Amino acid sequence: MTDTLKAEPGPRTRTGLTPRQRRNFGVGGQYVALVAVVVIAIAVVDWSRIQDNFFNPDMLGKVWPELFTIGLVNTVIYTVSGYALGFFLGLLIAVMRLSSLRLNRLLAHGYIEIFRGVPALLVFLILAFGLPIAMPDRELPFPPYGTVALALGLVSAAYMAETFRAGIQAVPKGQIEAARSLGMSAPRAMVTIVLPQAIRIVIPPLTNELILLFKDSSLVFAIGITAGTADLSKIGNDLATEHSNSTPFVLAGLTYLLITVPLGYVVRRLEARQAKAR
Amino acid sequence: MSEESTAEEVVEHGYARPMVRIRGLHKSFGDLQVLKGIDIDVKPGEVVCVIGPSGSGKSTLLRCVNLLERPTRGEIEVDGVVLTHRDCDLDKARRRIGMVFQQFNLFPHLTVLENVTVAMRKVLKVDKKTAVETARGQLASVGVGDKAGEYPARLSGGQQQRVAIARALAMRPHLMLFDEPTSALDPELVGDVLTVMRDLAESGMTMLVVTHEMGFAREVADRVVFMDDGVIVEEGAPAQVIGDPQHERTRTFLHRVLHPIDD
Repeated sequence: MTDTLKAEPGPRTRTGLTPRQRRNFGVGGQYVALVAVVVIAIAVVDWSRIQDNFFNPDMLGKVWPELFTIGLVNTVIYTVSGYALGFFLGLLIAVMRLSSLRLNRLLAHGYIEIFRGVPALLVFLILAFGLPIAMPDRELPFPPYGTVALALGLVSAAYMAETFRAGIQAVPKGQIEAARSLGMSAPRAMVTIVLPQAIRIVIPPLTNELILLFKDSSLVFAIGITAGTADLSKIGNDLATEHSNSTPFVLAGLTYLLITVPLGYVVRRLEARQAKAR
Repeated sequence: MSEESTAEEVVEHGYARPMVRIRGLHKSFGDLQVLKGIDIDVKPGEVVCVIGPSGSGKSTLLRCVNLLERPTRGEIEVDGVVLTHRDCDLDKARRRIGMVFQQFNLFPHLTVLENVTVAMRKVLKVDKKTAVETARGQLASVGVGDKAGEYPARLSGGQQQRVAIARALAMRPHLMLFDEPTSALDPELVGDVLTVMRDLAESGMTMLVVTHEMGFAREVADRVVFMDDGVIVEEGAPAQVIGDPQHERTRTFLHRVLHPIDD
């Protein structure tokens, strides 16, 4: 039965090929291109030098343990402190964004537009170099941790505010009505009934934000931190310079992946679970 | 009732103060006039069923009673408090007005027990032990005492609606509003909820019920109100309104409800 179907010739095109023939041709072409790239790479690149510079096993001993005890630890501190600040600031801005007071909505809207539209690097530079000139006798606490937490927090708050807003709006209106009918005030209903549900809804995108922030913490590079407060990227760079070898860059990258890949997996699991629950 | 009607009041009005007193209630959504002048009194202990075709404004009327919908015009007084007054503390007034919704609206992130205790704890500031005791008592009285630790999603619709009733009753309301409480239920679960409501009515609760359950209205209601197109068309004892309707619109509606397939 299928034979009779196959015997029917497919519609001819301008090139005189059936769609299936064209598809096979396209796939074949991709393989040819790939093989060509590999052949050229083998011919052109000096592989022993690549291996020596990027994948030098001797460097493992020289990088250990600073990459973890200083680099990873500081990166985690920067990320977590910035995230915590961004979380609560973002929540506040999201609630302001949905406020019945026009002024609140305007302030929140302005904040979101500014901090989403400006490069994070610029925020770092302003806080690290602009702020001390403007306020010479004041200093953010625990330098440079306070500056970094504030910079990361200010930027991520804008993104998290939009995420929270979406979450709050995803909570059915009947929930607020039920809460209000029980005598809860609007703020009480928001805190006790709406926000716990909203936060649950936005856990996957919030975890994504954590991954982004984890990588963005490398922007501390720009504000000139000392060896003790260096993050993963900075320490990778320092070690690479010190040993005139690029392996520390690769190891720093792998350390980022050690955190970001499992977190990304968690996000996909959470998303799948929520999709199933609906 | 927290305070008994005083002799003076009875003399002044000729009867005890009504639990609900609605005068000249209008509600519009944009250009759409949903309520066009409603007057109702509900006496303490009275059970009033509001019936009528969909779009007649009966749910809006109910939602105006606790001001979930703000009336465009008119006055609403519940338990001696004028809710439509500008200075009225609505949050406080709503504590004594229980409401049960068509879609249950249980809080999905809280257990059944927490659903019942949350308003007692956060609004009435009842201590935890008392709140839990009260909640367990209420849940047992509506027949879901064994579900206290479950989350709402694990319950059937009928169980969820009974929890919602227990949640409202835990606030010791003086008035209960029911907005089509059985319309979202599978037919075999309707009876459990109606039984709870009948028991509540027999215990003397003042109830305003929007419903399509004519059997319930006939058996339990003291008074039936038929609404159509934003006005009250006729009202009276159930035997009269359902059994012997005076208006053509009421007859047409009842015929459609009671005999859905013959013409």
